[in-house]
Amino acid sequence: MAALPTLIRLGTIEAIAYRAEMVVWLLTTTMPLVMLSLWTSVADEAPFAAWATRDFVAYYLVALILRNLTSNWVAWQVAEEIRTGTVAGRLLRPVHPFASYLGTHLGAVPLRAAAVAPVMVVLGFTSGRAVLVTDPGHLGLIVAAVVGCWALTFAVFLCLGTLAFFLDKPMGLIEAYFGVFAIMSGYLVPLPLLPSWIQTMARWLPFRSMLGDPVAIVIGRVPDLGDAARLVAQQWAWATGLLVLAAALWRRGVRRYEAFGG
Amino acid sequence: MIAVEGLTKHFRVHRRPPGLKAAVRSLFHRSYDTVKAVDDISFTIERGERVGFLGPNGAGKTTTMKVLAGLLHPSSGAVTVEGHRPFARTPEFLQQITLVMGQKQQLIWDLPPAETYALNRAVFGLDAAVARRTLDELTELLGLGGLTDKPTRQLSLGERMKCELAAALLHQPTTLFLDEPTIGLDVAMQVTIRDFIRDYNQRHDATVLLTSHYMDDVVALCPRVIVIDGGRIIHDGDLRALVKTMIPDKLVSFTGALPDDEVPRLGEVVKREGGRTTILVPEARLREVIGHLLDRAGTDLAVEDPPLEDVMRKLFKDKRAS
Repeated sequence: MAALPTLIRLGTIEAIAYRAEMVVWLLTTTMPLVMLSLWTSVADEAPFAAWATRDFVAYYLVALILRNLTSNWVAWQVAEEIRTGTVAGRLLRPVHPFASYLGTHLGAVPLRAAAVAPVMVVLGFTSGRAVLVTDPGHLGLIVAAVVGCWALTFAVFLCLGTLAFFLDKPMGLIEAYFGVFAIMSGYLVPLPLLPSWIQTMARWLPFRSMLGDPVAIVIGRVPDLGDAARLVAQQWAWATGLLVLAAALWRRGVRRYEAFGG
Repeated sequence: MIAVEGLTKHFRVHRRPPGLKAAVRSLFHRSYDTVKAVDDISFTIERGERVGFLGPNGAGKTTTMKVLAGLLHPSSGAVTVEGHRPFARTPEFLQQITLVMGQKQQLIWDLPPAETYALNRAVFGLDAAVARRTLDELTELLGLGGLTDKPTRQLSLGERMKCELAAALLHQPTTLFLDEPTIGLDVAMQVTIRDFIRDYNQRHDATVLLTSHYMDDVVALCPRVIVIDGGRIIHDGDLRALVKTMIPDKLVSFTGALPDDEVPRLGEVVKREGGRTTILVPEARLREVIGHLLDRAGTDLAVEDPPLEDVMRKLFKDKRAS
């Protein structure tokens, strides 16, 4: 862990070097803005299932901020390094490769925050106190939920990338993952507006903890502090469990790599 | 010290004949072959030795290197490097070794090499002053001045190789596994890298195991060679003894005119170029032939061992024939 500050510093430098790539990446995550225009035109006529225009505006702007702040490209990075064999370089350093991936992607967070700062300003003007929670209890939980969201997304992507040890082309699986994520996380449509069977399925999957639940807390859809704390605890449990799974997959994958040479 | 006893590494390889029918069939029934990349090899290398590891493509050199560096788990056999089992990849083991394979293994492609050095300093837990001193030494020996601040992608192949070597050696390992460290480099750069490796070996009493398709690397660096073919060791010993055993003749080249019928009587004509003739002379007749040439042809005379490439070619040919 002594190396982590250097790893994070290098992550920031790399993110600056790849700034153009990051801007393109951010531009590909504008789906919430598309959905925002769609739903606001619906809600302008009349509130939809108790969701008024300002609720949709707040929901999708917070979703956009959270998605850009907590996403990363570690799945692609890990998969590519395994495919090309450059992962060998990481295996020959006396630090767990997860620590160096962690540093790289934590280091990119300040740039991501800077990129979404204008959206935060817009959110403040459009929604403000009328929609967003302001009490200290909820604000504390929001911080924990954002950090948890980052950790959970990182763990899920590590699991997906590590599959490259076992599959020739894991990219197809990553694409399929995004299809499921978009629906089950509330990325496309807020979860309470989806059919009840989807909501039931979503309850047993980690995706809602990666977006829908934290957004719901921020926009005051979980007024009870106890309920909000339970959602955050659930999110951290998913993050821990999936990180353990990623570590197990990695260990097994490296053993396979040692046996078959990649 | 490196000790290898009965090392075997087998790979299971999916085999599919060409064609659509075979592609569809392979969806339901996959057939595999077992490839013996390394087959029951044993050797020891003492601390401070420089050893060439030679063999044709697919002979098992890189597989053996990867096993020694801890990247591959042996199918059977015992391997220790400086008292460690490599595939456990303990931090203590990784502190003592380095593996160089190409020039894109360590360096961060879009950042200057200086950032990779900072990364290695942190992950190897090196003291800042010691790392600075080592880097200064490497900068001087490898001529890195002005290179470490440019993005890696903007460096030439040779510059990248030098920077890669510096990254690989910053933690001052005592065992170096170098897989084709001069591949693709021009002659001047090859000489620089060779000189550096020899210098590092002497300064740090480091063990060096080197593979190279450039025989000049091997001749310049490795008093001992291990030759592997088809996963098995076919020679392990002194390089000069190998050359002498395989081709006990010398190449003699000279300028000056001799009657056409006289030259073949002195030795087998290998080359005639720009007034210079090269002949292969059996060692037993060497003194007599040199004396004759000094009398008749002039003084511009050179005597050399046959190229190592020829020696290797003959060695592989003989082994396969037997």
